[in-house]
Amino acid sequence: MGNVTPNRRRTMQRGTLDMQMEGDRSLRFKRFFEAPPGLVFDCLTKAELVQKWLTGPPPMQMVECEIDAKVGGSFRYAWSGPNGEHRFGMKGTFKEISVPDRIVHTEVFDEDWTGGETLCTTLLIPQENGTMMDLLVQYATPEARAGAMQTDMKDGMSQSYDKMDGILTGMPA
Amino acid sequence: MVIHEDSLDAIFGALADPTRRAIVARLANGEATVMEIAAPLSMSQPAVSRHLKVLEKAGLISRSRRAQQRPCRLEAEKLQQVNLWLERYRAIWEMQFRQLDVLLQEMQKNSVDAKKKRADIGARATRSGKKSSRSRNTGSVSKRSQERKNRNSVNESNPFAKRQASTAADKPISKRAGAKTRAQTNIGNEKKGIGRMPQ
Repeated sequence: MGNVTPNRRRTMQRGTLDMQMEGDRSLRFKRFFEAPPGLVFDCLTKAELVQKWLTGPPPMQMVECEIDAKVGGSFRYAWSGPNGEHRFGMKGTFKEISVPDRIVHTEVFDEDWTGGETLCTTLLIPQENGTMMDLLVQYATPEARAGAMQTDMKDGMSQSYDKMDGILTGMPA
Repeated sequence: MVIHEDSLDAIFGALADPTRRAIVARLANGEATVMEIAAPLSMSQPAVSRHLKVLEKAGLISRSRRAQQRPCRLEAEKLQQVNLWLERYRAIWEMQFRQLDVLLQEMQKNSVDAKKKRADIGARATRSGKKSSRSRNTGSVSKRSQERKNRNSVNESNPFAKRQASTAADKPISKRAGAKTRAQTNIGNEKKGIGRMPQ
């Protein structure tokens, strides 16, 4: 975020998710939150908080959320539709944790759609009135990135597209 | 523009190969024949043809017939589907993060409310302290007792405020998470987290 123009920064502060393909097998997410890094860190690492927001797109629900946020500790998430349909889960292990600004963890879906573990590096960068989250998701291979994009959509996500369309129309391009 | 999921399968399948991505990149610069495409790839023409067939089937390229040659060209509209899909993937995450925004707001509001309550209690205690000192109207003893009262009220209000903040935040979790949820969280830590609020 070296040369952020004031205008660009305002956009980011409204809370727009910036997502870029990086290299041949990574995706980088950037998102500003109006809260200090410590709070964002808690929301990423404490199960009771994670399950409040990482619900999956409606009508999906989060049905499993266990987090042991320490180096070598693991986590497990699962989601399903309201009647238990389209269930999918993921798990991972924490490789590095530095409160409140850095988390490195692996993750893999139960059906391993992504052709091996992905490595996620989350940085929480303090800013004037909030936190910039910088998340780099590195897939095992370039094919895995393409595969992840393909299968995420096929499994459950696509149901919510109708609702998503409404959101998309209200969203800046 | 509508996203066709079946065609997306084919598109992503076709692009899930480095050679085919290289071909797409080459064709982004303009039409090319099989020979021209094969040259930098150090690949046999039949091998390249097989890749071209996959791309063609996905609709990412089209091939025209010009004399003996069949030059390939990129179908930009199909490639646009990838961008559209990426935007939707982004939108799904955006939706999740908006929920995180709400949560962060709630947590911070709870903290501010708790602070306010603490301040109100502190102010009330101070007022009553003044009254008692006035009524007694005796120098140093009343001063000391007033100090003690104030100190006590601050000590009492702190844990009270903390309790307020954490219970308020805890409640919706159990309600909203649904019965199936198995949450294993160190509640003590969460309280600490909520206690660690910004000014």
